[in-house]
Amino acid sequence: MADLKKSQDNTKLIMMLLKGRTLIVLGLLVIFFSLATPNFLSANTMLLLAKHVALYGILAIGMTYVIITGGIDLSVGAVVGLAGMVAGGMIQKGLTFESMGVTVYCSVPLVILAAILVGAVVGLLNGAIITRFGVAPFIATLGTMYIARGFAMLHSNGATYSAITGHEALGNVGFTFFGGRIAGIPVGAIILAVIAVIAGFLLTRTTFGWHIFAIGGNEKAAKLSGVKVDKVKILVYIFSGICAAIVGIITAAQLEASHPASGETWEMNAIAAAVLGGTSMMGGIGTIGGTIVGAFVIGVISDGMVMCGVSEFWQMIIKGLVIIVAVIIDQFQRKMEAKMALQARNESKNE
Amino acid sequence: MAETVETIHTDDEVVLHAEKVSKIYPGTKALDEVSFDVYKGKVNVLIGENGAGKSTLMKIIAGIEQESGGELFMGGEKVHFDNIVQARAKGIGIIHQELSLFPNLNVYQNIFMAREKTKNRIGLDNEQHIELTKKILARLEHPIDPMTIIGDLRVGQQQMIEIARNLIADDLKILIMDEPTSSLSEQEVQVLFKIMRELMADGISIVYISHRLEEIMQIGDYVTILRDGKFVASAAVKDIDVSWIVKKMVGTKKSYPQRKEKIDWSKRETVLEVRDLCLPKKGGGWLLDHVNFELKRGEILGIYGLMGAGRTEVFECIMGLRPEHTGDILINGQKIDIKNVSEQIQNGFAWVPEDRQREGLVQTMDIGKNISLASLKSYAKGILLDSAKEEAAVDQNIKDIHIKVADKRLPILSLSGGKQQKCVIGKGLLTKPKIMLLDEPSRGIDIGAKTDVFEIMNHYADEGLSLLVVSSELEEIEAIADRIIVLSNGIKTADMVKEEVTQDKLVMASYKGHTKAGREA
Repeated sequence: MADLKKSQDNTKLIMMLLKGRTLIVLGLLVIFFSLATPNFLSANTMLLLAKHVALYGILAIGMTYVIITGGIDLSVGAVVGLAGMVAGGMIQKGLTFESMGVTVYCSVPLVILAAILVGAVVGLLNGAIITRFGVAPFIATLGTMYIARGFAMLHSNGATYSAITGHEALGNVGFTFFGGRIAGIPVGAIILAVIAVIAGFLLTRTTFGWHIFAIGGNEKAAKLSGVKVDKVKILVYIFSGICAAIVGIITAAQLEASHPASGETWEMNAIAAAVLGGTSMMGGIGTIGGTIVGAFVIGVISDGMVMCGVSEFWQMIIKGLVIIVAVIIDQFQRKMEAKMALQARNESKNE
Repeated sequence: MAETVETIHTDDEVVLHAEKVSKIYPGTKALDEVSFDVYKGKVNVLIGENGAGKSTLMKIIAGIEQESGGELFMGGEKVHFDNIVQARAKGIGIIHQELSLFPNLNVYQNIFMAREKTKNRIGLDNEQHIELTKKILARLEHPIDPMTIIGDLRVGQQQMIEIARNLIADDLKILIMDEPTSSLSEQEVQVLFKIMRELMADGISIVYISHRLEEIMQIGDYVTILRDGKFVASAAVKDIDVSWIVKKMVGTKKSYPQRKEKIDWSKRETVLEVRDLCLPKKGGGWLLDHVNFELKRGEILGIYGLMGAGRTEVFECIMGLRPEHTGDILINGQKIDIKNVSEQIQNGFAWVPEDRQREGLVQTMDIGKNISLASLKSYAKGILLDSAKEEAAVDQNIKDIHIKVADKRLPILSLSGGKQQKCVIGKGLLTKPKIMLLDEPSRGIDIGAKTDVFEIMNHYADEGLSLLVVSSELEEIEAIADRIIVLSNGIKTADMVKEEVTQDKLVMASYKGHTKAGREA
């Protein structure tokens, strides 16, 4: 009997370690890099890290929503590019209405709104294709990925809008604010924090959030329980699109230029961050907190290795290995949880 | 429960003997020491209600599942099959109840799947495949082009391919057919019987599972009856008649909770009325054929029928999952326009689906969330979820229907099947329904939990909830329902109040829709 108790305590401890594994890995990585490079653990490095992480961190939050419903959104990287181009174009070229022969320059808030709207429209398109026509999310968003990237390229014929600072005379200055800092903290990191808090809150404290979990856990049961599956899914893809558009704005602002190819393959970083953070690719499981930690793990690996002077090519290999190991551990945890549930079930039967 | 086991006097040779075979699944005993003989060159019929253990026994003989106890003998020698390949090596083939063909592949690919003929051990010998396929299909009197994609064939034709698949093995000794005629036309059935007779003439033994009693009298040689996983009786078909089979299938009564008071239903208002409900079948015919019924306030209306009789489809129509249905559905005399599930829940319906795992539970969520899922909106203030209100509702629900749980934050899968089922019922009750639809609410749960479930149903019916209950369990439906309608082949074949109900009548009515006379009536 004592043995049984002990083994149960052991299982509990292992489960705790498993659940906190990403945080533990993050801690170990920080310790490792601060020993390896003397400058790593400085305020400056950390702020730079936060600035980098903000970009795919925000993408990963939208991606987490999508993955929890059991889907995937490959179009986010392209939306980063498209939203940046729309914003940059509106500031530099303005909107020309040829029929009236006028060019209108919008104020920065309107520019931001337009860029976000573009992201929302791509998300709506994703959601509609997936729910109305039953296209697999992978394929639907693969398609919109090409379409969005194509439009980004078309916008300037592949050219970059540089120096998008705006002109005082045109009343459209201030865009670069999003690439700057407030009290030393990168604005991108602040936006990440705000979105993370809101997204985490929505996911755990609202009916909408729980419907997302229900759809990913068992879509059929969710539908039969009265969850409006299609509507929730469409909203989730819109949310992901908006997150991507925000990243597009921040990227353009940080560089003070919009490049149509920016954001390429960023969807992969977003997926990786979500998965590292314990989001199940099967759907139904995931947290925003986990995803943020996952994003920081990727950030620390990238920045840390750059500071150590590890080549970019080795970075890729190591990142790949980390992701695979993370998922293997994830599988292990699920098996263990299933075993514990079965055990509890058998015990309750013996009562 | 002592049963008369008639001894069979016969000179026929036993080709396979199952001795006290048992099969235990977590929580249930699907087979309990069942003995069974397969006579050489004969049709050995296995019969029983849904869930009696017929299919389980056949799966053990075919090597798909392994016995938990007991032994199999072939020709006096003990055998055991770890998988279907070992069983096939001993000459045992099976035609499944659910077709197990590859709809994306063509006829000859299906027939030779996993027993391909090759040239020089590498290349597929498709010429031989096609030639043999043609030969075997000619023998079955179904000259289908071997290149046809299976998905393009009618179900009856697909069934023939299933049979052809088994005939391709030269050394077939025993062919198990699990309800092979359920999707065949009358003419196809006669062809099938002709083939069966030919096979028997070749010395092949047939194990035949069917729900159609008249067929058994026509083609069967020996019949074995199972009930609740136990052996009930066996006899030579020539010594018995249909009513003997029905009597043996039905068995003796168990006791289930009953309604407290007697109610004069003529004075109760009608809450639900279904008029001329029709649901077309893919490829012609009807899944539901002009079904009419009504439901009073506080009434428990049972829907009895065999698998595939259209019972679940009635629920699907009412809940808005079958927009192609025709006919009217009225609540309190008002015709309603059915759009989708969430609207039907708002209209006062709750549904406890048949397949708990696939349709009832969200396995990744905890007990509490599974219970509150359908009613989450009612705990929300704006978009914010009021956790305190939600928890109070869930706790009250757990108390009301006596789900014994240590902690509602535990995963749903840590509960036994019976408790899981109560959670699904609780989820429905929390939406404050007027009408509750329960599809096989007692399936796969133990007897104690069954009693609990029935008590919950009685309790809420007494409080004015109207319930529609689908069940294949005769005793249960007889005990729980105030009135029972029987569906057979999509047709309503009986409508009787509790006092009129006998199990024989139910069984008879459940076969009626398959006969010509029954269809015309």
